[in-house]
Amino acid sequence: MELMLSILIGVLFTAAVYLILSRSLLKVILGTGLLSHGAHLLILTMGGLSGSKPPVLIDGVTDFADPLPQALILTAIVISFGVTAVILVMAYRMYAVHKTDNMNELRGNDEHD
Amino acid sequence: MNMINLLLFPIIIPFFFAMILLFFKEQVVIQRVLTLIGLVLSLLASFWLIATVKADGIQTVTLGNWPAPFGITMVSDMLSALLVTTTILITFFVVLYSFQSIGSERERFFYYPAILFMITGINGAFTTGDIFNMFVFFEVLLIASYLLIVLGGEKRQLRESIKYILVNVISSALFVITVAYLYSIIGTLNMADISVKIAEINQPGIISVIAILFLIVFGIKGAIFPLYFWLPGSYAAPPIPVLALFGALLTKVGVYAITRTYTLFFVHDIGFTHEFLMILSVLTIVAGCIGALAYFDLKQIIIYNIIIAVGVILFGVSQMNTPGLEGAVYYLIHDMLIKGALFVLIGIIIYVTGTSNLRKMGGLIKTYPALGWTYLVAAFGLAGIPPLSGFIGKLLIVQGGFQAENAFGSIVILASSLIVLLSVMRIFIYAFWGAPEKANVLPSIDAAKYRHMMVPAVLLTVVTVAYGVGAEWLMPYMSDAADVLRDPSIYINAVLKE
Repeated sequence: MELMLSILIGVLFTAAVYLILSRSLLKVILGTGLLSHGAHLLILTMGGLSGSKPPVLIDGVTDFADPLPQALILTAIVISFGVTAVILVMAYRMYAVHKTDNMNELRGNDEHD
Repeated sequence: MNMINLLLFPIIIPFFFAMILLFFKEQVVIQRVLTLIGLVLSLLASFWLIATVKADGIQTVTLGNWPAPFGITMVSDMLSALLVTTTILITFFVVLYSFQSIGSERERFFYYPAILFMITGINGAFTTGDIFNMFVFFEVLLIASYLLIVLGGEKRQLRESIKYILVNVISSALFVITVAYLYSIIGTLNMADISVKIAEINQPGIISVIAILFLIVFGIKGAIFPLYFWLPGSYAAPPIPVLALFGALLTKVGVYAITRTYTLFFVHDIGFTHEFLMILSVLTIVAGCIGALAYFDLKQIIIYNIIIAVGVILFGVSQMNTPGLEGAVYYLIHDMLIKGALFVLIGIIIYVTGTSNLRKMGGLIKTYPALGWTYLVAAFGLAGIPPLSGFIGKLLIVQGGFQAENAFGSIVILASSLIVLLSVMRIFIYAFWGAPEKANVLPSIDAAKYRHMMVPAVLLTVVTVAYGVGAEWLMPYMSDAADVLRDPSIYINAVLKE
């Protein structure tokens, strides 16, 4: 199971890197979304997937799942959700002002804005 | 509960006031007053915290009363108490400066709440004793900084903030990934507990890999050598008060995180990890020097000086001996103060000349003598001319470098001081000497506004001078901070043996 998830995480990271390196801003944002999905699954996998019972003290149960990675993922998901919303709004505003979503045309420098 | 909650006050008070401010969107005067009250209260709490830490040692509080390695611990040692105090102090002066310069459009669109939320995140990151909690506080300060950098919505701001956000989102994802790797090997997130567990397994190679990953994560935020590429463009976009806050505070959070992890966790394979950190910090200094000399733009010159300072501090940290670490702590706080002062001062220069291009300035010393002399003091402080504040920190760091037989790095730092001096003196020569430029005779300079802008600038410069002249009196605090960095067991005992 860990192996399957590791391969899945690898695929997500590959797709994320491909999208982040593209020129279109929207694809870049989708790439960051995939990157954070990969990171969240990685936390889950790294915590170990062995436990089969919920982490509640019951007599005779020793095979607990690790609750900590789940708590961490929940926090990280909420944060990445908020940040993605912020980026999308800002990308839309930038598109409205600059009339382009091509990252190559957004270089600019100090001398001429 | 008794005084043990004290160390949460500098985090909670700005957060609380930021929430109250959200209800007064249109009432700019109420916002200003409440922001100042909030900052003064936080400042008092943080001075009290320093006194408590000095008297009683490291303060800890574990949220929800869980025993230490399980609950989230907040830890205030001398280093974090000093950094928290410096953060609030700088914010106070920058907010005073903002009253005159930021403009009511921004004030009515959550400028002050964003600053206070950012302070919450910064102070939290300085205080937390839990590595995942540090990620959360990083996100708090980053999301507030996303708002601050784009607030106003100018063409250039929008363009640069997209890059700023993307870089930080990627580095945050990398942060989560690194914490996941660390958790899979160590099985804990409490920083003191991590330190104990790494010592137990004697830092195998995989932990050194994680050390480098942490260096990459925090290096992106703290702008070390190959990872500083995003900083000059992004920081030049927002208005000056925001630039002053970012330049003085945000990169220093990254530097603090590197310092903390490299003195608490990864102390068993110094020959590899700290050597690597040292090489990168020397390269950071060189890259910053090149940038500081290459530009004729006021903002860019000081922005590249941030990068130089990051290199100097991290060189001190990488030495892992008493003078090096004491110097790093001293220089870290010096640099926060002096960068705040310099950015505010160049903000005034830009206001009175209407440009940030050095070639279009000249002769300001005749019309604005106070500005010129204050700038000169701040510039000498940055370059480290005794008895001003940059001197003692650099002296200790250089001494640490010689003691650890890294003479080459120390010589680079000494040479970089000359380049720093040259870069800031160039501003003085071009802007203040010579004949006044005809192009910049701006009729619209409001003398009262200029005087009001000068007040925080002069006060902040006076603070930096006092910080340099009072070094003897401050040294016990610095050595307390450096002791914890040098000997992780002090930190561990304070957190775990309660």
